[in-house]
Amino acid sequence: MTEVVVKEKKITPEEIPKEKLLWMYKTMLRIRRYEEKTAELFAAGELPGFIHLYIGEEAIAAGIMAALRPEDKITSTHRGHGHMIAKGGSMAKMMAENMGKVTGICKGKGGSMHIADFSIGELGANGIIGAGWPLGTGAALASKLLGLGYVVVCIAGDGAAEQGTFHEAVNLASIWKLPVVYFIEDNEYGMGMPSWPKPGDPRKSKNIKNLGDRGIAYGIPGVTIDGNDPIAVYEAVKAAVERARIEGIPSIIHALTCRQRGHFEGDPQLYRPKEDVEACKKRDPIPRFRKLLIEKGIATEEELKKIEEEVEKEVAEAIEFGRKSPFPDPKEAYTDIYASEPFPEV
Amino acid sequence: MPKKTFSYAIYEALKQEMVRDPTVIIMGEDVGRFGGCFGVTRDLWKIFGEERVRDTPISESAFIGGGAGAAASGLRPVVELMFVDFFGVAMDQIYNQAAKLRYMSGGQCKFPMVLRTTIGGGFRAAAQHSQVLYALFAHVPGIKVVVPSTPYDAKGLLITAIRDDDFVMYFEHKKLYPIEGEVPDEPYTIPFGVADVKREGDDVTVVAMAYMVHEAMKAADELAKEGISVEIVDPRTLAPLDTDTIVKSVEKTGRLVVVDEDYIYFGATGEIITRVVERGVALKAPPKRVATPRVPIPFSPTLEDEILPNKDKIKKAIKETMK
Repeated sequence: MTEVVVKEKKITPEEIPKEKLLWMYKTMLRIRRYEEKTAELFAAGELPGFIHLYIGEEAIAAGIMAALRPEDKITSTHRGHGHMIAKGGSMAKMMAENMGKVTGICKGKGGSMHIADFSIGELGANGIIGAGWPLGTGAALASKLLGLGYVVVCIAGDGAAEQGTFHEAVNLASIWKLPVVYFIEDNEYGMGMPSWPKPGDPRKSKNIKNLGDRGIAYGIPGVTIDGNDPIAVYEAVKAAVERARIEGIPSIIHALTCRQRGHFEGDPQLYRPKEDVEACKKRDPIPRFRKLLIEKGIATEEELKKIEEEVEKEVAEAIEFGRKSPFPDPKEAYTDIYASEPFPEV
Repeated sequence: MPKKTFSYAIYEALKQEMVRDPTVIIMGEDVGRFGGCFGVTRDLWKIFGEERVRDTPISESAFIGGGAGAAASGLRPVVELMFVDFFGVAMDQIYNQAAKLRYMSGGQCKFPMVLRTTIGGGFRAAAQHSQVLYALFAHVPGIKVVVPSTPYDAKGLLITAIRDDDFVMYFEHKKLYPIEGEVPDEPYTIPFGVADVKREGDDVTVVAMAYMVHEAMKAADELAKEGISVEIVDPRTLAPLDTDTIVKSVEKTGRLVVVDEDYIYFGATGEIITRVVERGVALKAPPKRVATPRVPIPFSPTLEDEILPNKDKIKKAIKETMK
């Protein structure tokens, strides 16, 4: 149980429409550039609060969303910028939110850790590890009972898979046959605690490495995949979503990736061997996917350069939008607590 | 008007709302074939089927959090937490998720979920099945806290709770279930934040909630024979709290006793007295509170009876304000 057994993908790039492959590439790049600029802005003091970056994990968000329909929903995490971008959220409104501006997607009330856009089925990032498993399960129950036909993908990290909520939610969904997929992004660390021993660091946070094997415990399919390959992610999610939508069978997908940066911006990563960071950077999904697109003759250099220019422009515009936006009126602190406002006492 | 028990009044509210609105569902441990741990949901599973009356595994985080997720996605779940004492295993889903996701998202979603739970001691059930604890939830922004004391209030407040677009916690004192009272057959609502004067009087205002309303009524009956006229105000909801009605009563009587089966410190008694004091009401005597001391609820009858508030303790406190 301690050997990594990654399920080999069966699908080839040629079997996926070119537009989808280019969309995946562009999505990964949009996330990367957004996050890189976010790191700069945070260092420059333009972003209040805590920032957790998704750099190195972009293939997962791109692969998942490539397999979803617009009406499908996701739950996200504190490391959720990538999920929001890939699901179709406005980069500008997210940047404004993370700057605390009133034009932000949550009017400046949520910030980076609680970013949400219900209009696109992004049911919320969450500051509490593992809180999204039950919430997404409930959204899947609504889909089933109301006949809405959407599937929910609950995305969270390997740390969140250690929470009791994971067991409770997966067990409930498996007996109730809910249209839901539990997606574990294994970036190898829960804050500073490794999932699995690292050179010179014997700590581990779980006793089996392949969390896809957990499916057996719930009588549902489970798989461990290469999370740095968007095609592998796409294939696994597509199969799981179809099972969920048509048969009401939930799945567990465990995707192996790694976190190129610290837990949060400003984390000196004293707990982590330097070579581990270097090894992670070598696994970077973006150059790898770019190379594949060129080598397979799916895209030309010119096409990819054009995409890269578009992304630079979009990120620059998002920052501009955020900077130009005003902060909320302080009195806005007292609204949006209840749907039935005004509440007599706040 | 027909007489019904507190338990039946809740059942009737659930049934009528499930008929009216197909998005209302019930979830919880043994709410289906068992009929509810205290027999409140009865035969609802037979009437509405097991899709809408859902027995859950013993997974409070999953079904309370699931209720919140479902509420944000178009359902109106009425979720049952068998005893309030069990909230600890699911508190995150209650106070960080259901209570706050609307605010954190800038008002993008709503949470029309009711979390029904049972409270109260006197059953020799000891420290983990006897607590009241509603003040913990009234403390947190984003939760409406409903505490009915009569069958009439139970039905009207529950219908309001189910129709409300916000997350409501609804607390049922176990000793109230067999109590009978007049309850109309037709559906009706009682607004939140409107206290009810359960008994009019001139000398002392007693603010009491849930089962303590009945202990206070008994105390008031006995004191009436001694010439002390007690007014009893039942807030019915703690969040929001109807400060105006309480203040109006205390302005008339000049004396205040707050009775609460919850723990005494940092709770409803302190809050209610503060609200009155903040309004600058002139008191003829220092305010008193009768509540459960800072003691885990004990098992043995002699020990439990020692610590829970009751009629005699209420009488004593009222008399002290009359000295």
